[in-house]
Amino acid sequence: MAEQIKLTSMRNAYGDTLARLGEKYKNIVVLDADLAKSTQTIRFGKKFPERFFDMGIAEQDMMGTAAGLAACGMNPFTSTFAMFGSGRCWEQIRNSIAYPNLPVKIVVTHAGVSVGADGPTHQACEDMSILRAIPNMKVVSPADSVETERLIEFLADYYDSPVYVRLARMNTPVIFDNSYKFEFAKGFVIKEGSDITLVSTGIMLFKVLEAYETLKGKGINAEVIHMPTIKPLDKNILIKSAKKTGKIITIEEHTIIGGLGSAVAEAVSENFPCYVVRLGVGDLFAESGEPEDLFNKYHLNVEAIINKVLELLKKK
Amino acid sequence: MATTAELKDLCTQVRRDILRMVHAVQSGHPGGSLGCTEFFVALYKEIMHHNPAKFEMDGINEDVFILSNGHISPVYYSVLARTGYFPVEELKTFRKINSRLQGHPTTHEGLPGVRIASGSLGQGLSVAIGAALAKKLNSDNRLIYSLHGDGEIQEGQIWEAAMYAGSKGVDNIIATIDANGRQIDGDTDHVMPLGDIGKKFEVFGWDILKINDGNNIEEVISVLKEAKNHTGKGKPVLIVMKTEMGAGVDFMMGTHKWHGSAPNDEQLQKALAQLPETLGDY
Repeated sequence: MAEQIKLTSMRNAYGDTLARLGEKYKNIVVLDADLAKSTQTIRFGKKFPERFFDMGIAEQDMMGTAAGLAACGMNPFTSTFAMFGSGRCWEQIRNSIAYPNLPVKIVVTHAGVSVGADGPTHQACEDMSILRAIPNMKVVSPADSVETERLIEFLADYYDSPVYVRLARMNTPVIFDNSYKFEFAKGFVIKEGSDITLVSTGIMLFKVLEAYETLKGKGINAEVIHMPTIKPLDKNILIKSAKKTGKIITIEEHTIIGGLGSAVAEAVSENFPCYVVRLGVGDLFAESGEPEDLFNKYHLNVEAIINKVLELLKKK
Repeated sequence: MATTAELKDLCTQVRRDILRMVHAVQSGHPGGSLGCTEFFVALYKEIMHHNPAKFEMDGINEDVFILSNGHISPVYYSVLARTGYFPVEELKTFRKINSRLQGHPTTHEGLPGVRIASGSLGQGLSVAIGAALAKKLNSDNRLIYSLHGDGEIQEGQIWEAAMYAGSKGVDNIIATIDANGRQIDGDTDHVMPLGDIGKKFEVFGWDILKINDGNNIEEVISVLKEAKNHTGKGKPVLIVMKTEMGAGVDFMMGTHKWHGSAPNDEQLQKALAQLPETLGDY
């Protein structure tokens, strides 16, 4: 754990890591749809212009082109905003990339409500649900810039399937230090506890850790599980924790329909049925605003987590 | 090099395969398959540098073909089988359970000759351009060929891809449009008129060639050969190929009716009578 709160950019970490790995992995090609300066793929593009393709504002074409590059042996990373990299080209991802199981890495930024002022047209809150539903597709949502870097290092040499990675726009607190080892398809027990299990994915981990400390002050011993990979889901870590606490709360910056919460509920209900309460964006479109104001209004804050914990602990 | 007579015999046999495949399972798309028979035979027998005996997915140092209008899988499968990619016998499994010959082609069953899933229209041109970019990155001078339906270009993604390849000078691709003027709901002129396809691509930066009769194998070969000479000159190459949907079977021509319907027993016999067995049925 980092000792004090330091804010860094997952997007910068992504761009810098790609640019660094481009030296070693000569097969890496990067495609963007006119958002390279936002997704930070431009950092790769400046260093390796011959392996960088700005496709213009054409996400469907970008995914298809990436499929063709992958089919012929290249190692493509495609980037745009989460909204356009999941929804606009969902069927291209399904049929051109996932069906032939081509190892295209789709790394999107600006996921969730924390996009902020741009408002709901740009706040992708359904992307994990719709990508998770595609066979062969893997879905990862890292918590901070350190984990993003480790994840991209892993993906540079991963060819088993396509992978969808969702990153935030906002600068986020650094949670992991440089010794952190990312493991694909694994959950991580960040804090051990026995009263209740808090499972989060992506940038919500920081809120959960804050809630953990407050709960500790109230004598509540929560177990905190970080689940960067939501597909495939680390069921074992969940079942083990469920057996210990019998009560799970999931927290995600994403709709509660079909994302982490649903995945956890599916796994738990089939193996060790217990309470699974989902915290996340409701069945609604949010609005423009500062990220923190949006977190507060849409129940993605420490207070909302604590209230849910207290509510659930009352249940037998 | 095969003689013209040999190529025509192969076309006839491929047409028999197409009809028997769709008849056996009572589904599939005979019309466009029959119309593109000469194109496939020309491409796989006379034009492409490829290695059916040792199929490699990445296609390095080979010409690569991308089928975008995947519903004409019967002609694709027949020609792949009859050029040695997999046993001709396997054609009898088309569209049936546990088959590698899916209704629309895909790779996950490990079918030699197929490098991409297709059939959801509008996606193949982007994929072909990606493959062409990979060839350039690998300093591989072989070419990418692709085939698209004319109705298919109503999809917006085609124009995204056309704009990219034209503006960025992806000049190692020869895309062909099967201009049969028909789509499921009727004639393209009625459903969604396409206008002058060649001119549209031309203003997107493509070099345009035409095949006036895509069911004349000599013309198809000659224009495809000419198209090779147009590559490497800064522009992607497009061939607008006029074909007759249902070509080779009199009652299947001049209508869109056989786009996606299979002949019954009597219709099959009537059709096969017009196409004498040349290389042996599977």
